[in-house]
Amino acid sequence: MKHTISVLLQNKPGVLSRVTGLFSGRGFNIESLSVAQTLETGISCLTLVTSGDDAIVEQITKQLHKLIDVIKVTDMSETEYVEREMVLIRVKAEANTRAEVLRVIDIFRGKVVDVSSKSYAVEVTGTADKIRAVIDILRPIGIQEIIKTGLIAMSRAKKQ
Amino acid sequence: MKVTGAQALMKCIREQNVEVVFGFPGGAVIDIYDELLKNEDITHVLVRHEQAAVHAADAYARVKGEVGVALVTSGPGATNTVTGIASAYCDSIPIVVFTGQVPTPLIGNDAFQEVDIVGITRPCTKHNYLVKNPEDLIPTIREAFHVARTGRPGPVLVDLPKDVVAATMNFDEPKPIKMRTYRPTYEPHPGQIEKACKAILKAKKPVIYAGGGVIAANAHEELTELARNLGMPVTMTLMGLGGFPGTDPLSMGMLGMHGTYYSNMAVANSDLLIAVGARFDDRVTGRIDAFAPHAKIIHIDIDPTSISKNVDVDIPIVADCRHALYFINSWFKRKKDFDRDAVVASHQAWHESIKEWKREHPLGYIEETDVIKPQFVVQKLHELTKGDAIITTEVGQNQMWAAQFYHFNHPRAFMTSGGLGVMGYGFPAAIGAQMAARDRTVIDIAGDGSIQMNIQELATARQYKCPVKIAILNNGYLGMVRQWQELFYDKKYAHTGLETAPDFVKLAEAYGAVGLRATKPSEVEPVIKEALATDNIVIMDFVIAREEGVYPMVPAGKATTEMLLV
Repeated sequence: MKHTISVLLQNKPGVLSRVTGLFSGRGFNIESLSVAQTLETGISCLTLVTSGDDAIVEQITKQLHKLIDVIKVTDMSETEYVEREMVLIRVKAEANTRAEVLRVIDIFRGKVVDVSSKSYAVEVTGTADKIRAVIDILRPIGIQEIIKTGLIAMSRAKKQ
Repeated sequence: MKVTGAQALMKCIREQNVEVVFGFPGGAVIDIYDELLKNEDITHVLVRHEQAAVHAADAYARVKGEVGVALVTSGPGATNTVTGIASAYCDSIPIVVFTGQVPTPLIGNDAFQEVDIVGITRPCTKHNYLVKNPEDLIPTIREAFHVARTGRPGPVLVDLPKDVVAATMNFDEPKPIKMRTYRPTYEPHPGQIEKACKAILKAKKPVIYAGGGVIAANAHEELTELARNLGMPVTMTLMGLGGFPGTDPLSMGMLGMHGTYYSNMAVANSDLLIAVGARFDDRVTGRIDAFAPHAKIIHIDIDPTSISKNVDVDIPIVADCRHALYFINSWFKRKKDFDRDAVVASHQAWHESIKEWKREHPLGYIEETDVIKPQFVVQKLHELTKGDAIITTEVGQNQMWAAQFYHFNHPRAFMTSGGLGVMGYGFPAAIGAQMAARDRTVIDIAGDGSIQMNIQELATARQYKCPVKIAILNNGYLGMVRQWQELFYDKKYAHTGLETAPDFVKLAEAYGAVGLRATKPSEVEPVIKEALATDNIVIMDFVIAREEGVYPMVPAGKATTEMLLV
């Protein structure tokens, strides 16, 4: 089963290789990884998607927590959370398909970020399922290039 | 106060109660060595290979219960420490290794003797640091010691670029260290203690399974109190030996692959397994689904990752072993209706079963009159040192015979590379142990193969007047691998014969040590007596039965009840 794990860590040199080294050294999977600074200087948030049974995921969270630079580890899958990925897609857009591409992008609430006479580059954000759907729909039209971010996730605010 | 980086390093090492540093100089650490020469309160032990410095620091830490320190230069000096660091990591031994590094402007330029040692040792240190700014040096060194000794102890490496060591900086007095990201749990959860105690009360067939955490946490008294108070049998891992008196009637000795028959049978039939500072290693559990199949398991460990890693645990207790055992003992003291005699009596049938297993298959070997049996040598060493020596071992058959037949009654008296299994550990470790306890008898129980892996340290032992005794159980083989080949590879002894070997007696003499040889059982006692009476390093070359095996033995991947016996 897939798990989304959020790791708050001190942004020290080599900290990313401590995390990735742990995964490769212990034979855990990383399906996606995304990391950037938080509001607090020197603290970064890393979101990773991994898979494994409960025992493996328990080991992953414990081992991550054991790293000296790690402040907090949250298995998002245990809580209510929102998740997003972003994708940039360069899709063939010639006279007969330009309108269709724009329609599709509109349905997925994406936007065009680069235009040429033969293609559009479009940006779409959403859940992993939504990103997959837009790719599936655009593929027959002719996708030339895809760049995806890793998944990021945030817990939902507690409801009163 | 303004100090140089090298001066700061000396002061920080002294702050930590460390009196001995094991090391080897080189270009990148020459400033540190220049400062070391001026510091009379730090003894530097010049090893002959950097690996030995780390093993010696490891054993120094184990004997003293403090942090051990090694100091080496950049590049090959640093890479030579890796085996020692990995061993200390597996065995949770607190050491700090200082490595020299090329000056910061050269880092990344493939400079002479440059290596990314922080990258190399990342997976085998508890934590490591590259100090790039002089103002970070002092806090980093202090943090390194703090991380090494607290929580589950382990090795920490600090990489020191030459320009950082030469720079000047402010020296401030040490303050208590508070780290936002690192706060080990020492105190057990009271609810878990309560659950554990109730499970203990209910158990009819309990076994205490004690590991190296008992030694690391200095929990041997609390453990002994618990076992004796409730009359519970104790088995120990290789790393746990000495955590409970080996000659106590409740001791069943070691468990696992070369554990005693009765330990393994007791664990397999127990209804409650109390794991204390142990990690359910594959050499202990054998086939995992057949390990303690009927037992409820209590697991006390300071490292949450150890819990439910290999074996599902019913009552986990994340805590320092000593604290947890103290709370368990207190629970029984406080419990008003606790009827100790009734509880002890309820274990009576269980003790009878264990006695029966002991009668069926005691720990033993077939004695012979014309050829020396290795187990006999270890028994004699035990007898003639009254069990009071510090024993180090190499790895292989020598290690297992030492573990089986030298019945350790005290903690911090048995040093072995348990997790990583490093051949060449024992002799440098003996030097480290002797530097920590100058008045103790220190014996390295070795094989003729493994002793050659760090034999160059004879010079170190001579130079620092460490009169360690080396007992070579010489069978002309890499014996443990040969034993596996005998049992599982049709006796095809692929490259395990050591036909070409030095004359160990002459080798000892070449280094100014004493060499003695025994080839018959009757010569064993006189040789040991002479060695113990000699105030010099002695190599005792015991020519033993060539194809003697270590038994009992659980073949890899089998259940621990499927033992090959003597």
